[in-house]
Amino acid sequence: MARSFKLPDLGEGIREVEVLAVMVSVGDAVAEGDTLLEIETDKATVELPSPYTGTVTEIRVKAGDRIEVGEILVVFDGTGKTHAEAPPAREKPSPAPERPPALEAAQGGGGLSGPVPASPATRRLARELGVDLGLVTPSGPSGQVTAEDVRAFAGQTPTPDAPPPAAAAPSQPQDTAAGPMTALPDFSRWGTVESVPLRSIRRATARRMAQAWSQIPHVTSEDAVDITALESLRQRHKADIEAAGGRLTLTVFALKAVTAALRAHPRFNASLDAQNEQIILKRYYHIGVAVDTPDGLIVPVLRDVDSKSITDLAVELNTVIKLTRERKISIDQLQGGTFTVTNIGSLGATHFSAIINTPEVAIFGMGAARLQPVVVTADDGTPRIEARLMLPIGITIDHRVLDGADAVRFLRQVAGVLADPEKLLLEMN
Amino acid sequence: MVMGELSIETELLVIGGGPAGYAAAFRAADLGLDVTLVELGQAPGGVCLFRGCIPSKTYLHLAQLIEDARHADAMGIRFDPPIIDTRGLRDWKQQVVERLSRGLSSLCRQRNVQLIRGRAVFEDSRRVRLMESEIRRIQFQHAILATGSRPVTLPDVPVRKNGRVMTSTGALELADIPQTLLVIGGGYVGLELGSVYAALGSRVTVVEQSDRLLAGVDVDLVEPLRRRLEKIFARILLKTAVSSLQESPHNVKAILKGRDGTLQETFERVLIAVGRTPNSRGLGLEHTDVVRDARGFVIVDAGQRTGDEHILAAGDITGGMLLAHKATREGKVAAEVIAGKPSAFDVRAMPAVVYTNPQIAWCGLTEEAARAQKRAVSVQRFPWRFSGRALSMDAADGLTKIIADPDSGRILGVGIVGRETEGLIAEGVLAVELGALAEDLALVIHAHPTLSETEGEAAEIFLGSATHILPSKRKA
Repeated sequence: MARSFKLPDLGEGIREVEVLAVMVSVGDAVAEGDTLLEIETDKATVELPSPYTGTVTEIRVKAGDRIEVGEILVVFDGTGKTHAEAPPAREKPSPAPERPPALEAAQGGGGLSGPVPASPATRRLARELGVDLGLVTPSGPSGQVTAEDVRAFAGQTPTPDAPPPAAAAPSQPQDTAAGPMTALPDFSRWGTVESVPLRSIRRATARRMAQAWSQIPHVTSEDAVDITALESLRQRHKADIEAAGGRLTLTVFALKAVTAALRAHPRFNASLDAQNEQIILKRYYHIGVAVDTPDGLIVPVLRDVDSKSITDLAVELNTVIKLTRERKISIDQLQGGTFTVTNIGSLGATHFSAIINTPEVAIFGMGAARLQPVVVTADDGTPRIEARLMLPIGITIDHRVLDGADAVRFLRQVAGVLADPEKLLLEMN
Repeated sequence: MVMGELSIETELLVIGGGPAGYAAAFRAADLGLDVTLVELGQAPGGVCLFRGCIPSKTYLHLAQLIEDARHADAMGIRFDPPIIDTRGLRDWKQQVVERLSRGLSSLCRQRNVQLIRGRAVFEDSRRVRLMESEIRRIQFQHAILATGSRPVTLPDVPVRKNGRVMTSTGALELADIPQTLLVIGGGYVGLELGSVYAALGSRVTVVEQSDRLLAGVDVDLVEPLRRRLEKIFARILLKTAVSSLQESPHNVKAILKGRDGTLQETFERVLIAVGRTPNSRGLGLEHTDVVRDARGFVIVDAGQRTGDEHILAAGDITGGMLLAHKATREGKVAAEVIAGKPSAFDVRAMPAVVYTNPQIAWCGLTEEAARAQKRAVSVQRFPWRFSGRALSMDAADGLTKIIADPDSGRILGVGIVGRETEGLIAEGVLAVELGALAEDLALVIHAHPTLSETEGEAAEIFLGSATHILPSKRKA
């Protein structure tokens, strides 16, 4: 029986990927689990394993192709024979006279395993909108295509101010990757230009940042923390951690400090459900760490930071950053975050305004630590100037969920812990 | 045009007033088209109303009544054998038919469908000549061909109006109740009408050329019926063909060639029920671009369009399963397509019912079809002997089975044999059309005690645990 392998849903709203490499050829005998293709999503490189054991009878993609979730990639013959068997007859009574497929498109190809599951009303809608059911990403149970799926595919949205439906041009979303279109002038009038396609991570970042910035009222509170003591602690234990395979960086301490603050301020570890008018508080602590890679900004997530020791975190963070820079991080590791930490300090910056990693509600930023002249009060009360290592920190909040006072309190707590390593010891679990 | 000839113009001409034709005409009228319906008979309704579905089901209901009364003896109520008044039966049937016919005629009028009695013959793709009518010609923009089908007769065997050799048409006239009846053909028509005559008192012999009754229906569904029919029919002769029939004033001599040799027997009446053939000859279709297949069925696409851009077709004339509900849907699709809608015949679960006792009903993929397609399916059967309702009705010899996709549990087909399956199958049809999973059917509540529970329990077997039947060792 011939079976087809379609691009599965990879989560995180990923709808389109690029084929990097095809690892099999027509005629190959493939076992379940063997790698068929290598694809690149906006975030990671993924290997697609075969869901079937059988012989490859058709490969419908090649390296460089951009494919959408639901598209057929490879066709197999499940019986192991080298020729494909005839596909099962359409669900029409027999012996019917030959029916030329005038309106077959509306019924959907559904691969070779039968018609696409969809209710009669949905099928009629698909006919009316000129949508091929076989190309729609199903959201119903076990691959059922719903009316909403069809409408979304045809470019309609349920909100009243939605853009007019795009009939039979289903592969282009209404908005571009970078947000609603505005007409650009022809720049070549003034000089030479070079066009670089907006792809992969850059494209995803453009879309997400535009969405986050336009939807979230961002408010930032900044501070500077005296980490002289923390830094000497770090220097003392750096070697031990390196021996364990990790790197003891300020980010690691920040992860712990931030997690302690999240436990005390649960609304920072939440998401806003505007539709249902509720704030979803999360009782787990998965912190994303912004990583700068040659391909762009990627944010891998460290899970359950509250239950891991500093050593654990140092090792894990080191591994994760390496994998991320090598583009070997799995999609799973990029998902599930509740809060994000971004450290631009390694590049030397002091301050910057961060954009919240939607659907989170806050983001913690750290700059480069510098020796600065600071007023220190001696035990006898006299002020004097000392050179102290000062770390700029900031918290940016979603003002729909949090207020300025919350931001300040949060930051004060984190600052307090970073300034006094003993407090870090006492407050972390 | 000759002077004095009456000629009319219409937007949509529907030829044939059966389930396909009148459904098309009504839908088109509702969509605002100007519709003319040409019908050969006295009134719209077609074979279904006058010589098929309605009369047969009217009699079958009474046949079941007679059998139920007989069986009540074992349950504590003894009825005397009934007195059958054939005239009363005919009158009753006539009443039912006439009531429905009046309804249809009235709907025609209320919808401003111009109803013309006559026989249409195509002169070209835009014009028909009307025979047996005052109106001579009709010019149309679009036409829907819905002339239906008629029973197949045997070569060299004339079927006369009041003769002893009948087709279903004659059998439903119920001229009398013959002492002996030969039914040629083990399909649903032969078995249904044979059951009626058997209940009324005839000794019925069924001959069937193939090795099984109801070819095309899954054997596990036919088996309980076969057991019952063996009791009410005098004989069922499989792998037997009729090599000759000789009609004389008082009986018919039949020569039957079967497994055990040749048999010559005399019967009072003979019913030929070996299939139906399309009414596509003598329509002048050769003057149009309509294409027919080797058996005369008109070839259409999913929008009911024929080879001729002005002519669509619907119902038995297009072949496939010769069912009134298929015809009705096709008629509607044709009307909608002409009205400019993107309509299509897009049916995944066509139900079919055999109104014998027990009844058989099925829809969607059958086990046999799955085997032929070499498609892996999971089949779960719920025997009715475990159903409280079935036992309380003395209908324990029944079966509900669900055919599903082994991976997703998506319901692909349902088959039921037992009492009242005609109504039970509707749930199966809905399930298949919606793309429902066995899980969905198992999770909806079926009232207790009803026969519908058998569908829920069959679905539960998929999930590994139905209440009234032990789970199998293998996980579903």
